Amino acid sequence: MSEIKLARVSVSLGGRRVVQDVDVAIEAGEWVALIGPNGAGKTTVLRAIAGLLPFEGSISLHGRETSSMQRRELSRLVALVPQEPSTPSWLTVGEYVLLGRTPHLGALAREGRRDRLAASRALERLDLLAYADRLLGTLSGGEKQRAVVARALAQEASIVILDEPTAALDIGHQQQALELLEDLRGKSELTLVAAMHDLTLAAQYVDRMVMIRDGRIVADGSPAHVLTEERIAEHYDATIRVVDVGGGVAVVPARPRRP
Amino acid sequence: MEATASHSRVEPVRPRGLAPLWVCVAVAFLLVSLVLGVVSGPVDIGIGPILRSLAEHLHLPGVTSSLSPTEDAILWQLRVPRVILGALVGAMLALSGATYQGVFRNPLADPYLLGVAAGAGLGATLAIAYLPAGLRGQQVLPLAAFLGGIAAVVAAYAVGRSAGRERDAATLILAGVTVASFFTAVQTFVQQQNSDTLQQVYSWILGGLPTTGWSDVWLILPYVVVSAAVMLMHRRVLDVMSVGDEEAASLGMNVRRTRLLLVVAATIGTAAAVAVSGLIAFVGIIVPHAIRLMTGASYRALLPLAAVGGAGFLVLADVVARTALAPAELPIGIVTAFFGAPFFALVLRTSRAGSR
Repeated sequence: MSEIKLARVSVSLGGRRVVQDVDVAIEAGEWVALIGPNGAGKTTVLRAIAGLLPFEGSISLHGRETSSMQRRELSRLVALVPQEPSTPSWLTVGEYVLLGRTPHLGALAREGRRDRLAASRALERLDLLAYADRLLGTLSGGEKQRAVVARALAQEASIVILDEPTAALDIGHQQQALELLEDLRGKSELTLVAAMHDLTLAAQYVDRMVMIRDGRIVADGSPAHVLTEERIAEHYDATIRVVDVGGGVAVVPARPRRP
Repeated sequence: MEATASHSRVEPVRPRGLAPLWVCVAVAFLLVSLVLGVVSGPVDIGIGPILRSLAEHLHLPGVTSSLSPTEDAILWQLRVPRVILGALVGAMLALSGATYQGVFRNPLADPYLLGVAAGAGLGATLAIAYLPAGLRGQQVLPLAAFLGGIAAVVAAYAVGRSAGRERDAATLILAGVTVASFFTAVQTFVQQQNSDTLQQVYSWILGGLPTTGWSDVWLILPYVVVSAAVMLMHRRVLDVMSVGDEEAASLGMNVRRTRLLLVVAATIGTAAAVAVSGLIAFVGIIVPHAIRLMTGASYRALLPLAAVGGAGFLVLADVVARTALAPAELPIGIVTAFFGAPFFALVLRTSRAGSR
């Protein structure tokens, strides 16, 4: 049974079809990157999996339809790391990570010792224990990013959905963030589904890439299989070179020659 | 970046609850306000006789009041109920303001955001303009204001809903502004058509606590207690909502249902408060912010502090309203704005300077 299975999933936003008949099955423990040009529908697919917008077709997690689940039940299975998370400056890092426990709490969100422990374990995983009492407003961009991932871990969901997890980071922090995710995937047995723009970086970490264009899947397979010069040229409208860099592929932009 | 794996030694995260210091400060502020509220007035009654009278009313053995029957009546039938009413109204406005700021994630939200004030104003104006003077009495005017306030918020929700699928917080706020403008237009029209009652309508709109004994307290108490309980119970939920609708939903919250529940609670409570006190401006926005700036509290601590602080603030404002131009009374809304605004500016200034 697949961890995540999308069958003929379509999504319309504002009367426009932005995702069309997407079929994909993701196994437990996989790290899958959704790639594709801007506006291809990557974020929409992620939001559909997280149950944040209405869709046609079927999405099932561990064989159960998400449409038949309670909101809270779904949130115990899927955690979301948004592209631009809100990090209220008046919350401490500890309080913020504790918000990840919400799907495990009652309607009044009253947390117990178990929840507070889960939050501090998540902080520890991300090396943020010393920051527990600091206000979010005093953190750097990279530290905030880790706090958001810690919140997702505290949620104890087996699936973590990430929308452009490296978008706001410099190259060093991008690498650190992906190393961290890889590490967490192994230790916490997570399934990761991430929309990613940096193809070269993504290729070094993910097991599998699913390329989307105009709401449809146009390629699905290992990074080496998906990232070909013809395919990227066609779907991204870019002139690039794909070069082998010892065990991986790198996508290098090549400035088009003018006539 | 490498995480260490020693789970056993980890201390559980401690969310900041109500800091004892700030609880003491808030309670002391409220107590001082209450005491000032009952000792202030044209008839001089000292704190000692008041305490003895309180003891007698509580049937403590061996204590007899030294107050004359008139003084006793002034104290227990006029001042105490007015002070209690002020505390209830202030607590409600501050609590509703903090709640509105939370559910709409908008620091400028106040309890009148969705049109309660405009609706209550229209209800009160209609009652004053068209009901025979004998009927305008103690029960009918508050009821008209209460129903008007509720009607405006229901209308705002209906307008927001008709905007279709995207009925998020911003749509609802715009709907509230729209409905409020419309209700205010109708209210102004009715007011102009009935210029003989202009003075009465105007004084109602400026707000003030009535000296009508206990009846108004009993009138609004059930609404205030239930609304306050619902809001206070959801104080942690407001912290969850502070990450925005989509993220709160991804954390398992039913955002729309929670927002509706809290808006209903805040609206009923505010409408009840406004029904007896008129439109007291500023309390709902200034008290939560001043407390936030002073204490740095998140919603779980802010809500209880706002309730206590709001109660104290309004009682104090009423003391000023009663005594500044005695024997005349200032409209309390003028006092809350006149003293509230500079105080707020001061808090803003010192807290900004401190955070640098």
